[in-house]
Amino acid sequence: MTGQIPLVDYLVLDDGDPHLVAQECTNCSARFFDRRNACASCFASEFSPVAVATEGTLRAFTIVTFAAPGIPTPFVASVVDCDGTQVRANLVNVEPDPEHVRDGMKVRLATYSIGTDSAGTEAIGFGFEPAT
Amino acid sequence: MSASDDIWILGIRMTKFGKHPDQDTVDLAAEAATGALADAGVTMADIGVIAAGNLMAANAGIGQQLQKQIGQTGIPVYNVANACATGATALRTAIMAVKAGEVKYGLAVGVEKLSGAGLLGGGGTKKKDADVWTPRGRYGAVAPVDGRIGTEAMPGVFAQIGTEYGHKYGGTSFELFAKISEKNHAHSTLNPLAAYQKKFTLEQIMNDVMIAYPNTRPMCSANCDGAAAAVVCNGETLKSLALQQRKRAVKVSASILTTDPFEDGCQVLPNVNTLTRNAAATAYEQAGIGPSDLDLVELHDCFATAELVHYDNLMLCEKGGAADFFNTGATWRDGSTPVNVSGGLQSKGHPIAATGIANIWEICHHLRGEAGDRQIENAKVGLAHVIGLGSACGVHILEKSAA
Repeated sequence: MTGQIPLVDYLVLDDGDPHLVAQECTNCSARFFDRRNACASCFASEFSPVAVATEGTLRAFTIVTFAAPGIPTPFVASVVDCDGTQVRANLVNVEPDPEHVRDGMKVRLATYSIGTDSAGTEAIGFGFEPAT
Repeated sequence: MSASDDIWILGIRMTKFGKHPDQDTVDLAAEAATGALADAGVTMADIGVIAAGNLMAANAGIGQQLQKQIGQTGIPVYNVANACATGATALRTAIMAVKAGEVKYGLAVGVEKLSGAGLLGGGGTKKKDADVWTPRGRYGAVAPVDGRIGTEAMPGVFAQIGTEYGHKYGGTSFELFAKISEKNHAHSTLNPLAAYQKKFTLEQIMNDVMIAYPNTRPMCSANCDGAAAAVVCNGETLKSLALQQRKRAVKVSASILTTDPFEDGCQVLPNVNTLTRNAAATAYEQAGIGPSDLDLVELHDCFATAELVHYDNLMLCEKGGAADFFNTGATWRDGSTPVNVSGGLQSKGHPIAATGIANIWEICHHLRGEAGDRQIENAKVGLAHVIGLGSACGVHILEKSAA
């Protein structure tokens, strides 16, 4: 088998139009990136998938220089506010230092190859890159 | 309220925090527990319930192990685990048993051995990518996500909690966070039970090994060994005791435990703010005390970035004003609201399950006027706060005895 597979199931590759998908509570609009039996906010039990905005603002970040074994450092971990939906992601295509990573900076979704397995399938990860 | 509704700490003890290669968790828990019993003037024969925690071996039954070491009387044991709030949870469990009128005396114990655990606690081995990408788990991940989708390690999680505060309110910087650490390390030089009693200059802190910007190594909590224990009873019981016991008893004016209520984004980056604010608000109301009445505060400075946000969450300052508040010098030991005069988790150390009782020991020590060189003069009221990620928050307000 060849082709591509997303790093996580809430990343939809969609042939050149990659985006994240959240499960949105049909009652109160709270969003979750994995399954819930009931909404953590209002306890309703129906959800529908929604596309998350691919552009956002850097809300919180850290530059990790010391991580568990096998995790390449440095990397920029962050929370991006995508039009009201908070997303956890790395910042990519940016120098991982405090001069280049600024609170409130505009960023957009970007995908990259994680590697190809023995069957020839390429795993695709995501991050956010500076939008300007 | 009748005296039977009041809760008192009759005895309390913490071990020296640091490296204890010759003592296991049972030895350390026993040292703290027998110390607390002696301090209270009671024995295991008096104790009606034990609540105990040892997070790293939460399934090992530390409470029963402790009984076998210091006295097996057949009383109920509640082994508790609530992340870094485990100690406060044990204390709160013992308090609830006394409050319910089921027992006269309760014993709470927290113990941890973390020396050599490494900065990330547990360390662990490299997680390998699979030979064939196969979706696994809740997110259908085909490969490990730590480091690919943000960080799961505590220094980085709490770094983001600090930078998020700056995003919301401004005024934060690497230097500001480092100054908080400078304060706590300076405070620890007066605490003989602290794991580290070393003063650092601001420059030394900022130039030390960066762990997760803006937290350098001395800005992270110090993994170490230690235990703490407390004996609690109600006011009715206290009345029957000797004057010396009544004089040294410390009133628990509020004992609160909260979890994080749902808010947008709280499942993406843990929200340590709202549950702390909720716990503090309920505690102040229960105690009939406001933040300005506090003579000292021990709060959960697991990272320098965390201490800042809790100034705000505990309402020690105006909302959004934590940076300005710190910059006035308010939280140094000679300031208006001394915070972490023990040295805090960054210097006193953070043996996880012990922390939520050890911070109460620190407050009691000052309220009893027994804190020696680091005594906050005329301390009458103090607050102890812990937070365990996941999350759980414990807040206790303590008052000096009038006896």
